[in-house]
Amino acid sequence: MADVTHGTLEPLSAGGIDDVELYHPKSWITKYVFSQDAKVIAIQYSMVALAIGLVALVLSWLMRMQLAFPGLLSFIDADHYYQLITMHGMIMVIYLLTALFLGGFGNYLIPLMLGARDMVFPYVNMLSFWIYFLAVLVLVGGFFVPGGPTGAGWTLYPPQAILANTPGQQWGIIVLLVSLMLFIIGFTMGGLNYVVTVLQGRCRGMTLMRMPLTIWGIFTATIMALLAFPALFVGAVMMLLDRLIGTSFFMPAIAAMGEQLPYKGGSPILFQHLFWFFGHPEVYIVALPAFGIVSDLISTHARKNIFGYRMMVWALVAIGALSFVVWAHHMYVSGMHPSFGFFFATTTLIIAIPTAIKVYNWVLTLWRGDIHFTPPMLFALGFIVTFVNGGLTGLFLGNVVVDVPLSDTMFVVAHFHMVMGVAPILVVFGAIYHWYPKVTGRMLDDALAKLHFSVTFLGAYLIFFPMHYIGLMGVPRRYHEMGEMAFVPPSTATLNAFITIVALIVGAAQLVFLFNLVWSVRHGRPAGGNPWRATTLEWQTPQTPPAHGNWGQTLPVVYRWAYDYSVPGAAQDFLPQNQPPDPRTA
Amino acid sequence: MAIAVALALVVIGSVVFHFLSPWWWTPIASNWRYIDDTIIVTFWITGAVFAAVVLFMAYCVLRFRHREGSRAAYEPENKRLEWWLAIGTGVGVAAMLAPGLVVWSQFVTVPKDATTVEIVGQQWQWSYRLPGADGRLGATDVAHVSPENPLGLDPKDPRGQDDIIIQGDQLHLQLDKPVRMLLRSLDVVHDFYVPEFRAKMDMIPGTVTYYWLTPTRAGVFEALCAELCSTGHSFMRGGVVVEPAGDYQAWLQQQKTFAQLQAPAKTQARNQDAGEELGEATR
Repeated sequence: MADVTHGTLEPLSAGGIDDVELYHPKSWITKYVFSQDAKVIAIQYSMVALAIGLVALVLSWLMRMQLAFPGLLSFIDADHYYQLITMHGMIMVIYLLTALFLGGFGNYLIPLMLGARDMVFPYVNMLSFWIYFLAVLVLVGGFFVPGGPTGAGWTLYPPQAILANTPGQQWGIIVLLVSLMLFIIGFTMGGLNYVVTVLQGRCRGMTLMRMPLTIWGIFTATIMALLAFPALFVGAVMMLLDRLIGTSFFMPAIAAMGEQLPYKGGSPILFQHLFWFFGHPEVYIVALPAFGIVSDLISTHARKNIFGYRMMVWALVAIGALSFVVWAHHMYVSGMHPSFGFFFATTTLIIAIPTAIKVYNWVLTLWRGDIHFTPPMLFALGFIVTFVNGGLTGLFLGNVVVDVPLSDTMFVVAHFHMVMGVAPILVVFGAIYHWYPKVTGRMLDDALAKLHFSVTFLGAYLIFFPMHYIGLMGVPRRYHEMGEMAFVPPSTATLNAFITIVALIVGAAQLVFLFNLVWSVRHGRPAGGNPWRATTLEWQTPQTPPAHGNWGQTLPVVYRWAYDYSVPGAAQDFLPQNQPPDPRTA
Repeated sequence: MAIAVALALVVIGSVVFHFLSPWWWTPIASNWRYIDDTIIVTFWITGAVFAAVVLFMAYCVLRFRHREGSRAAYEPENKRLEWWLAIGTGVGVAAMLAPGLVVWSQFVTVPKDATTVEIVGQQWQWSYRLPGADGRLGATDVAHVSPENPLGLDPKDPRGQDDIIIQGDQLHLQLDKPVRMLLRSLDVVHDFYVPEFRAKMDMIPGTVTYYWLTPTRAGVFEALCAELCSTGHSFMRGGVVVEPAGDYQAWLQQQKTFAQLQAPAKTQARNQDAGEELGEATR
């Protein structure tokens, strides 16, 4: 049983590469702006992602206002409403979550947790950020072009995405597609870096099966992203050609408003396959880093080893692999061949098994733990609740025939917000509370953190749990105005108003978080090197915040797995990964 | 302590909301009661799992919260427990999947005695076409779409001449008679959605999709578009009237065939052409 815990225990000589003077940046610009230090790049990625995420938050406020109080904000007409939902979805899924988990946490944690000096290709890593930044600028530019950003929905289904009645058809769609292509180029540079660093940059003793689950999650997600994003890339290229030079990749013969268009022979459903071949793995590209991080948060703050580490690793890998054969469960009512339904429903429900195993192992880690209610632990608990809730409603939508009445309704909106909106974002918050002391050397304020957690967790649950029932009634998603329908009782308006008010409050609570982030940089309690008494290598750096090169003269050597908490007989309740075995017991 | 209470409240609140809130599905009006049943089974299984996991967490955070001098247990793995949980989950998943797949095979298999209705979507209205006396629908192509022939029927196809065209009106369906909905779009992706029927399917330009149902309750039902179709999406509404055979036949008699609709149009077009020629001649 315990062979995971202690592999070979013989002492190792320090390995690795000496710190060389030439390697360090020489000017302010190369240190903080065009930096090749993964830690600086991580902070750059995180700040841009959070900033654009704030934009998406404001967009969601506006759309919620329209749903609850139609007509109150008179400037939100149907066109604007569709632009709001499109940009909100696109920003949250790609420009915030993907960028933050992989570009932000990936960059910061991969070298530090693996005992490396940096990513293996620092220059490409720097380019990765700047191309991402350019992609965000182009995306924001969409708000200022004539006609505004596209309102085609974040799924961008053709033919409507490039036809005249869709807002942003003139410029918005082009700008968005170009921005997506830039994002993918930038991500690919970063992603290759993360994968090669994990495979080649680990310090001596850090075997794959000793890596913290955070790294396993980011590593698996990055491989998936490298395989999935190309499908979106080719989809974007083809759609751009359809829009700009009149090719017909996705465009069949069409009579729009009674007028024949020059397209012929293309397939709208081909785009849907390409989009979801990317889009479904994308869900797990966001979820797997969250799974990994939350495992480490729970283990550290419950002072207990993660339960079933090997099963957790294999579950991550299994989910990653399976997620490439489930994409068409987004398309049960798309009109694809009905026999596909049998296959994709089966694969989709099979993926529930490794996912459930992960949930069991998280709660079993709490069992007989020594649980400290620190902000990271609170957010981890909030994650489990919302993830379990959202995951279980996935069993409705994944089960092909149950999806038929529920697809395209608010049930779907509630489901995916719970499972890939709220749940991963709670992990983002937990992770920031957890690693901020390492990044800045100071603690975030605890009382503000608990206020932030309470409002965010309970508020988000109050927003999205009742929303499932609106969808169950049959209210479709992406409706600018519902109007009066016989199957929608008038009391639904009250529920919608309630959801909107809670959404405004939850949004406002994020200001508390932002204030905490800014204020604590100078005024937070000094953290010391290892405030959580954690085992993983990033907490064992010679300086906090870690200097360029991370480890001073010599690289660390790893002797044990990442979860030696509360080991019987040990003096402390944690044994850092680089602590040599006790010669008396070895 | 507070967090344990909060977790327990999440479970209790969710269960109370589920049973007591006024927001629930609209009564079914088709044969797809099996879909509703599968949803209920899924609610029970997933609800039980949700309550069990969250209440277990609430117990853990209460029982194993940090106290002075307390220390966690050390148990890296428990193979037996992990396998039992995996197998148990597999059984639960199979219990939901199996009925789901059985109902899906019914959903995609149209009964032999089903009648046919074609629903045509375009921004932002619904039109309908029923086969005429020959029981068959004529060929279509968007190349034929014109103001006189809005659904793009092939004017040369004899099977299409007696097709009944319904525009700007509600679709009528016969009670308790299985009907196959053929779905066609002229421009973008739409989805003809009547919540009471539970069934829906996208209509995609360039191809014909389908679903089938048997209306089981007479009445007038609202239809909406369920797939984003540009700026007018939320205003793309329609209606379906389900009525007994007698009323249905009476309604059917009043509808016009393609040929009937074309005839005045042709005459009109001829007159118009003549008028224009006349105008040019005068000039």
